[in-house]
Amino acid sequence: MSQVTMTVNGKTATGDVEGRTLLSQFLRENLNLTGTHVGCDTSQCGACVVHVDGKAVKSCTMLALEAEGADVATIEGQAAPDGTLNTIQQAFQDHHGLQCGFCTPGMVMSAAALLKDNPKPTETEVRDYLEGNICRCTGYHNIVKAIMAASGQDVSSIAAE
Amino acid sequence: MPKDHGIGASPKRREDIRFLTGEGNYTDDMNVHGQAYVHFLRSDVAHGRIVNVDTADAAAMPGVVRIFTGDDFADVGSIPCGWLVTDRFGEPMQEPAHPVLAQGKVRHVGDPIAAVVADSLEQARDAAEAISVEIEELPAVVDMASALQDGSVKVHDDLKNNLCYDWGFVEENRDAVDAAIKGAAHVTTLELRNQRLVANPMEPRVAIGEYSRSTGEHTLHTTSQNPHVIRLLMGAFVLGIPEHKLRVVAPDVGGGFGSKIFHYAEEAFCTFAAKAVNRPVKWTSTRSEAFMSDAHGRDHVTKIELALDADNNFVALRTDTMANMGAYLSTFSTSVPTWLHGTLMAGNYKTPLIYVNVKAVFTNTVPVDAYRGAGRPEATFQLERVIDKAARELGVDPIALRRQNFVTEFPYATPVAVEYDTGDYVATMDKLEEIADLSGFESRRAESAARGKLRGLGVNCYIEACGIAPSNLVGQLGARAGLYDAATVRVNATGSISVMVGAHSHGQGHETSFPQVVADMLGIDADMIDIVHGDTSKIPFGMGTYGSRSLAVCGSAMVRATEKIIAKSKKIAAHLMEASDADIELKDGQFTVAGTDKSVAWGDVTLAAYVPHNYPLEDIEPGLEETAFYDPANFTYPAGAYACEVEVDQETGKVTIERFSAADDFGNIINPMIVDGQVHGGIGQGIGQALLENCVYDDNGQLLSASYMDYAMPRADEVPFYAVDHSCQTPCTHNPLGVKGCGEAGAIGSPPSVVNAVIDALQSGGHDVTHIDMPVSPSRVWAAMNQ
Ligand code: FES
Ligand code: FES
Repeated sequence: MSQVTMTVNGKTATGDVEGRTLLSQFLRENLNLTGTHVGCDTSQCGACVVHVDGKAVKSCTMLALEAEGADVATIEGQAAPDGTLNTIQQAFQDHHGLQCGFCTPGMVMSAAALLKDNPKPTETEVRDYLEGNICRCTGYHNIVKAIMAASGQDVSSIAAE
Repeated sequence: MPKDHGIGASPKRREDIRFLTGEGNYTDDMNVHGQAYVHFLRSDVAHGRIVNVDTADAAAMPGVVRIFTGDDFADVGSIPCGWLVTDRFGEPMQEPAHPVLAQGKVRHVGDPIAAVVADSLEQARDAAEAISVEIEELPAVVDMASALQDGSVKVHDDLKNNLCYDWGFVEENRDAVDAAIKGAAHVTTLELRNQRLVANPMEPRVAIGEYSRSTGEHTLHTTSQNPHVIRLLMGAFVLGIPEHKLRVVAPDVGGGFGSKIFHYAEEAFCTFAAKAVNRPVKWTSTRSEAFMSDAHGRDHVTKIELALDADNNFVALRTDTMANMGAYLSTFSTSVPTWLHGTLMAGNYKTPLIYVNVKAVFTNTVPVDAYRGAGRPEATFQLERVIDKAARELGVDPIALRRQNFVTEFPYATPVAVEYDTGDYVATMDKLEEIADLSGFESRRAESAARGKLRGLGVNCYIEACGIAPSNLVGQLGARAGLYDAATVRVNATGSISVMVGAHSHGQGHETSFPQVVADMLGIDADMIDIVHGDTSKIPFGMGTYGSRSLAVCGSAMVRATEKIIAKSKKIAAHLMEASDADIELKDGQFTVAGTDKSVAWGDVTLAAYVPHNYPLEDIEPGLEETAFYDPANFTYPAGAYACEVEVDQETGKVTIERFSAADDFGNIINPMIVDGQVHGGIGQGIGQALLENCVYDDNGQLLSASYMDYAMPRADEVPFYAVDHSCQTPCTHNPLGVKGCGEAGAIGSPPSVVNAVIDALQSGGHDVTHIDMPVSPSRVWAAMNQ
């Protein structure tokens, strides 16, 4: 066991981990931040996406020890302290961009990273960017729509919610 | 009644808040104090005799609590199959035992041999590696046709052969169908495979067993679509635990699509082991484990023949199917290729004579069971593909051929035993032509051609049977359970309401849509109503969510219970206003005496029920809580028409979906936003089946597509925006809401239109291709073009 310390959602977090402990495991088990989900074991699904030092990272591809000293943001830190959803979260609710909710934390975190780099993505750019995030419920229609709406684009001409 | 809350409104989903903020409570998010972890040691061969399992070294490893093998389960019941199918000779199906941990033999890759319970998951895994297993490998049987040959290796030594059943439907029609096909002006024949799929809800399965020695109570937290069904199957058939000592909880569940209906060995194991080691026991499936332990879907090989007269009227239909059961019979496996498939073979058409034969086959593969649509996608795909092929052979427009043969009068009794209550297939086809802009297709085809691409248009119809099902009917057909549902409406003193429902929401948004119904009936704000589901200790009973049944069956129970609430509260209101209860009207949350200005509010009545100072205690009991069980009178029959436009790249064979349109008739709609979402998701999965997904075994029974590296899930860049419409509404006539169900339509209706479109594209390019099996991958398309 070794000790690891990082900043998670603005607070210092410390824990004892094995060398093989993944960042996703550390967040879920040591910190009880269970909003970060694990949907696969081959780094293919994106349910575990968090931000590490401002970049979207699949937290199942990173060892907890590798995040020593890093600034980590998870889904739990996205809403305002009073619970108000951020723009992307709100757009997901407004446009029914989630059903079972399992892929959702990863989708929201990926979308946030996309919009930081590309504030007005086209449909194709959104779809390409989400290539690493699988959703089995929504057929992606409302996810893409929600992200475009969150970027301030008018999505009213896109068929049904 | 605020119009943004009631029936027909699309309020935002209340469950979204917890899911969007990471506050969902999925089973793996739970940790019970003192829990131990399970790791299953699974077979890496498809078929073999277990010679020896030596756990001595492993048991001595750090943290190991106990190691279980098949011997520990020798006296434990078999995991039951929920549906007894009778074959066409009147004999019951062959039904093998399905042990929790393998007994003597392993029969598919992934079959659990032993389970290590340890203080940590890592310790359990490490110890499992130290178990020494000696297996005498046997030849595996993977291909269904080979499995049916005389002298084939047997999956189960104690059965006669690998044939589970040979089912004929309707057996009495067999000769008449043969004669009609022989005498027909034209017969179109198509052989196809409806490939094996893996449901792949994004949340892998999890089970946490707990046991209290002081009370003798077992608790199982599990990723289930139907906790009461798990309690019934596991309690009564496997472990022998009476209902009052077994609580099953399915909290937030991350999608199911059928794969979380079934009772699985891991659930029984964790429940059993928690008592044996006197500690909570938790198992979390990895995705790799899910591929070899979640029940798979589809896997039919079919020959279909459609006979037409000289005027292109359908006169007879005959289909022969081999349906893969895998190595064991999963919960609903036997009903899927029979009663959920054969009964749908009439589709939207008035074909007078139909005969369906299904041979269900055991192989050394993972068990196969219901996956979104369950039997209906298989029926729809073959029927809508053969109709398209017939249209091409006859040189007629595929839409016109369908229209000509539509059922147009309702109720309509099909030759395959079911009666459609309502529908309007002309209206949905008209609507489809409009929303898909079919009149603009030729110019879009020209645009594609200008870019060197072949554009194709595929159209199909579908019908499905939802709202399973009348219990007396399914009982006659072999179901080993009733298929009603239940709801309790608990009105509190202040007028707020908890509704305990047997349906389970794992993405469907019941917590939002169900209150809309009650709010509408009572005329109160939906925010005063909460839905409670997923816990056998909190809800009266229920058969759960599958087969698009939640609203049609459980919603109906909720309506009946609410009607009882209204009847009782009118009596209370009548007493308060000194009027006759026959004169009481309830509107917008106010009780009034007809023709007067006397009124009392909803909250006055509910308070009186709990503070019965001025109350007719001699006539009615205090309190305001009612339960109803609802058993449907018939299935419901959603139907629709779908259109797909594809582009085919002739260089690579790659197919892209350019447009996809769906016109559905779901009867009445409670929440249009949620319905749209259900259709989108179904279409996404249907496109996945048509173009991408394929669960593949090699001849030795090794699972080749065992992770997302090899099993191609549809991703955002492989699907377009969809145009969906459900404005054609012919309400169901036999349930109180007039609803039909919308959960599976997209997955049922979409695969044939995609394949029809690809064939259309290829033929438009001069390629003589009449069929390509799904998934229509670039290599298959390329091969078809260059054959
Ligand atoms: S859990 Fe990290 S990509 Fe699937
Ligand atoms: S909402 Fe269920 S996986 Fe995306």
